[in-house]
Amino acid sequence: MQNLTSVGIVTSQAVCFDTPLHLQSGAVLDSYSLTYETYGELNATKSNAILICHALSGNHHVAGYYADNTQNLGWWDNMVGPGKPIDTRKFFVVGVNNLGGCHGSTGPSSINPRTGKSYGASFPVVTVEDWVETQVRLINHLGINQLAVIMGGSLGGMQALQWTLSFPNRIRHSIVIAAAAKLTAQNIAFNDVARQAIITDQDFYGGDYYLHDVLPRRGLRLARMLGHITYLSGDSMAKKFGRELRNKKFNFDFNVEFEIESYLRYQGDKFAEQFDANTYLIMTKALDYFDPARRYNNNLSNAFHSVKAKFLVLSFTTDWRFPSEHSRYIIKALVDNKLDVSYAEITSSHGHDSFLMEDSHYHELVRAYVNNIII
Amino acid sequence: MTYIPHTDFRTDFYAIAHWIRSGARVLDLGCGEGLLLSYLSETRNIVGYGVDIDDANILACLNNKINVIQGDLEFGLSIFESKSFDYVILSQTLQAMRNTNGIIKEMMRVGKEGIITFPNFGHWRNRLQIACGRMPVSKTLPYQWFDTPNVHLCTLVDFENFCGQHNVRILERRIMNRDHQIIFAPNLFGALAFYRLEQQEG
Repeated sequence: MQNLTSVGIVTSQAVCFDTPLHLQSGAVLDSYSLTYETYGELNATKSNAILICHALSGNHHVAGYYADNTQNLGWWDNMVGPGKPIDTRKFFVVGVNNLGGCHGSTGPSSINPRTGKSYGASFPVVTVEDWVETQVRLINHLGINQLAVIMGGSLGGMQALQWTLSFPNRIRHSIVIAAAAKLTAQNIAFNDVARQAIITDQDFYGGDYYLHDVLPRRGLRLARMLGHITYLSGDSMAKKFGRELRNKKFNFDFNVEFEIESYLRYQGDKFAEQFDANTYLIMTKALDYFDPARRYNNNLSNAFHSVKAKFLVLSFTTDWRFPSEHSRYIIKALVDNKLDVSYAEITSSHGHDSFLMEDSHYHELVRAYVNNIII
Repeated sequence: MTYIPHTDFRTDFYAIAHWIRSGARVLDLGCGEGLLLSYLSETRNIVGYGVDIDDANILACLNNKINVIQGDLEFGLSIFESKSFDYVILSQTLQAMRNTNGIIKEMMRVGKEGIITFPNFGHWRNRLQIACGRMPVSKTLPYQWFDTPNVHLCTLVDFENFCGQHNVRILERRIMNRDHQIIFAPNLFGALAFYRLEQQEG
């Protein structure tokens, strides 16, 4: 693969932590491991580190590709690399798979050292705050005292926000993209339908499907199909699929007829093979629970009182899952606290998924902001 | 939302900076590329934000290291708390606003003081062109009638009447033509008007 702006071949690493982790739920994990990747070089003063937080279905593989699988491009390869908006010639970039994930870090499908079996249903529910706790341990492990930037989209953007709250002295800039300071009832509703699809799959076995050598594919597939609809915009779907029929005529049955059906089923099937259903449940719960204002009498401005970071907040016009007013709500709290912040509402037709797309204006905004960061 | 090119921008900036206290909190509405804020932070050590609607301006502000918030002024300033800025500036943008009343009301709510600048439609060159049967086109009003973004042009007298009717007190005004301050017959000889304002109680 000849790509001059790619970080090229990358390898994942793992680090195990033996200090018990006390989770928001009250549960304690005695030990856990995190899988991560790094791109670029950490400078001598260790002032050029950027941590990228992933969204619901993401992982640590942010950029580049693997020697044994050059087709497996990182999920934000268009954003991160030499000469890209997050320029790995200047910055040391870290991608991490979150705790509870299914791409190497300890999660429900990992073996519980206490039992010798998969955690399954016994894996605790984790929150955005828990993730940030684990991520700071990873940063400690890498010898980094202060991140130049924390950055993420969607659920990743929530982590980028939480970092500035949990560790105000260990972060200089936060780039929060297509995110929200809390989900709406409608958003939680979508997540619960997805969870119900998984939980009511008869192959779910209360979360212990690993023991039965099956996967709750139907449930996870439906969850993904539903999610996918909400990540796109009506217009982008209309443009891409319209009312196109696969066989140009009605069949008067319930098999695949419209192109959109074919697309969604394909996406659902692919996802159900690659992703862990328990992880999906955990990720959606972390989304639902995130609400930093809750313990501040629902006043986000008060929640941000000790925040010191500078912010770039971005939203997309057609994102109806995390619409711009959610970003403006964050902006208001930041402005109330007299923090440095810039906000752009980017015109895009791709709905919530816009944050993953290559768009010149979007990328120029990130580039401009990041270029001005002194390392 | 820089509808008027800042042709005499240095004069413009200087006149505004003259009124701004050192270290003040400033909100610049229709901030364009952030040049005024940049000038004010250099010369007056201000902190603050720009607001603009235009994508290219937002990008320019980021490049210029200016805090900028993308938004449409026509929808008000709801994300800003009352009296949370020392100065709210609306520089050469008033004449392009549809909701004139709304934006002035919002400015006076959010700012302890407001600074408004606009091209004086009463300037003699404009009057002369009208007298000759043509819509005015000048350095401060560079548009043809069919492509102008300026929907609410006014003269000094019009503006001051408006302020009177809306309980807006004029603290100071400065009327300019190019580099010169106009004292005599400003509504006739002034091309650009600068007003420092505050909301009156009641």
